[in-house]
Amino acid sequence: MALSQPSLRVALYEGSGARTLSGGERFDSLKLLLAQGCSVRRATQPGTVAVWVGDFDSQPQPEGQLRVSLAEPDLPVALDASRAQVAAAPAGQWKPWFPVIDYDRCTNCMQCLSFCLFGVYGVDSERKLQVQNQDNCKTNCPACSRVCPEAAILFPKYKAGPINGDIVSDADLEREKMKIDISALLGGDVYSLLRQRSDKAKSRFSKERDSDKALAERQKCLVKLSSLAADIPPEVLASLPSPEEISRRAQEAADKARAALAQD
Amino acid sequence: MSTPRILYCHCQYAQVLPKEVKEAVLLALCEADAQFEAVADLCELSARRDPLLQELASGGPLKIAACFPRAVKWLFAAANAPLDPLQTQVCNLRTDSAAVATAALLQEPLAPNLPSGKNPA
Repeated sequence: MALSQPSLRVALYEGSGARTLSGGERFDSLKLLLAQGCSVRRATQPGTVAVWVGDFDSQPQPEGQLRVSLAEPDLPVALDASRAQVAAAPAGQWKPWFPVIDYDRCTNCMQCLSFCLFGVYGVDSERKLQVQNQDNCKTNCPACSRVCPEAAILFPKYKAGPINGDIVSDADLEREKMKIDISALLGGDVYSLLRQRSDKAKSRFSKERDSDKALAERQKCLVKLSSLAADIPPEVLASLPSPEEISRRAQEAADKARAALAQD
Repeated sequence: MSTPRILYCHCQYAQVLPKEVKEAVLLALCEADAQFEAVADLCELSARRDPLLQELASGGPLKIAACFPRAVKWLFAAANAPLDPLQTQVCNLRTDSAAVATAALLQEPLAPNLPSGKNPA
């Protein structure tokens, strides 16, 4: 998934050469365009937006704009054709779910970077934490926000505050501290718990060589992880790699975080 | 101060904005014959670092109909398009009624409300 392309930007044109829409028609047209992932500007004058949508009755000025008629029998197909011509992103292929950092709160502690197994986080040239690979994030999973001691990680589409961007209360911060304490009691972080279980399992499996037991052990680990962060979606847990791979990725992420902190 | 521009987010890819609120606000904007920008999903634009966000952030007074002000502030910042805290008001369609949001967008003077620091007022 390439996030480098902009969204399709259109002008809903109601100037010379096109009919002025009623409020209701404008509303219906906008809803349709927004459902197709467009950014829409209402326009009554020629402007810089490359694609114009309207109920045209003659050539609008200036010529040379891409025009899509609201009367098109298949408007989504016509918009897709315009998308291809202006190199805009395709619509609806990705649910925009990713962490957003509140730098008023972030202390650059790198706990999120060392926690995330999917390479969402990185650091910039000044070793400041950044969200670098938004599309690596697992849809509907807010787990990294749960390890942030400052409630500095937002998921704007999350159901509840403060993760959704609502104001952070003292009670929220107390809850965050409690989570860190629980994690520490279990051996520093949830992945170290998984690693320990993985090591024990390896030793046992080397004697038993029982694949059913290996699977049961992995499931137990996932249940444990699930109980620590109750709102991690089951499909995310199910898609986690093997304990060995989790261990490898967790080590890699921890090394990345350590390297960033060591240079401070 | 010039007339604030209006940005409306439809939060197309999630159901976190009450449908009746966002549609009532959009309808009010359309019927008022107001000039405004409407985007399918502000989160997606932020992830894409869409140039539209820089254009909006650098263009003077701005009223935004979307979600929590703290989320909107950092979505713009993530796209290298920091909002001016003195010239930006966010109407929160997750918590405001359609009537409150519509009045704030179309009738009332700009009331900047972006949070600043660890303890937003």
